Amino acid sequence: MMDAVVLFFILGVIARLGKSDLKLPQALYEALSVYLLLAIGLKGGIELHKQSLSAVLPQILACMALGALIPMLMTPVLKRMGFSGVDSAVLAAHYGSVSVVTFAVASSYLQRQGVAFEAHAALWVAVMEAPGIVAGVFLARRELNRAKALEGKTIEAKNNWRELAHEVLFGKSVLLLAGGLAIGAVMGEAGLKPIAPLFTDLFKGVLALFLLELGLVAGAQLPEVKRYGLRLLAVGIAAPLVLSLFGAALGKLLGLSTGGIAILATLAASASYIAAPTAMRMAVPQGNAGLSIAAALGISFPFNIVVGVPLYTWLAQRIS
Amino acid sequence: MMDKHPKKLLVIFAEAALEKRLVQDAKKFGAHGYTIWDVRGGSDRGTHAGSWDNDRTIEIKTICSPEVADALAAHLLAEYAQDFGLTLYFADVQVLRSEKF
Repeated sequence: MMDAVVLFFILGVIARLGKSDLKLPQALYEALSVYLLLAIGLKGGIELHKQSLSAVLPQILACMALGALIPMLMTPVLKRMGFSGVDSAVLAAHYGSVSVVTFAVASSYLQRQGVAFEAHAALWVAVMEAPGIVAGVFLARRELNRAKALEGKTIEAKNNWRELAHEVLFGKSVLLLAGGLAIGAVMGEAGLKPIAPLFTDLFKGVLALFLLELGLVAGAQLPEVKRYGLRLLAVGIAAPLVLSLFGAALGKLLGLSTGGIAILATLAASASYIAAPTAMRMAVPQGNAGLSIAAALGISFPFNIVVGVPLYTWLAQRIS
Repeated sequence: MMDKHPKKLLVIFAEAALEKRLVQDAKKFGAHGYTIWDVRGGSDRGTHAGSWDNDRTIEIKTICSPEVADALAAHLLAEYAQDFGLTLYFADVQVLRSEKF
């Protein structure tokens, strides 16, 4: 059974395809995303309050390693499919990083199905945002240098790593997720009670509104998807399917619960369309940003929330 | 009759991602002030509906001496035009307090 929030996404896509005048104001979109990131962080933080950091440290390290590994595995495959070296690395970076909203849809789906998962899962999301981006930038720079060397040009090493680190660590998604986690971990459930009506009770409703807006944005990507053709469509669907297997295997290895395995599979399968595009645009402007966004937001995001999440949950139930 | 002084208005349209860098560059090249708008638009290369973070376009206006405007524009073209959406134009303007610009 599909989650109600997914239907809001589909409504948004239909509105866009039907050329409706529906549009959420930019300020509302920003406010909703701030709310969602904080609420997700706080929820995970409450659970961390009950645990010692050393207990979750192996999970943190494993998640970060998976995030960095994905672009390294994916870049050569994309190159073989005929994408340019730089485009391959930039696209792979989006898959190495994660989509917070896909995570929110997955946890909402699992709750509805009555499948329990680790309540501190938001921590995995927070630590998986950056490694994929950093690995992707490394790979993209290597491809650029290789291309330049082929042309016989001198290699100019333009290192704005500091700017990139700032972009990733102080970009709103990591900042708010990590900030929410920290506040939740310090305050605990009792301490957060006064703000719970806003951040807990209203969560699903806000998620539904946000997905309506994302439906509009994703719908606008569909002509782009068409422009890039079948090859990109194949990537947008095959990448989540294959990557989810890595996530599920890692979840099993870490001894996570059934729901935990499903979440980690979803995170591995998801592609970032907030943090990664901004960071990659600044760090590797030579890459084709439209290509990555069309794949991440136009194909993989809808695929994951409609087909992927139930599929990964089914997979987790089989292997756990 | 008030005293009017000729200056250059440099108008820059760019991807919002460039905002920080463009402001830094403008200051570095000697522009004393600037204004920024969020705008929407399109060209035969595509549309920027400005509906979300990664699709926003900004317009930066700065009034400065012709030398500063030329140097800044040349720098922006060399640095960003290849990889980013960027449009520039100049206009002759007159200001009252010359020392401000």
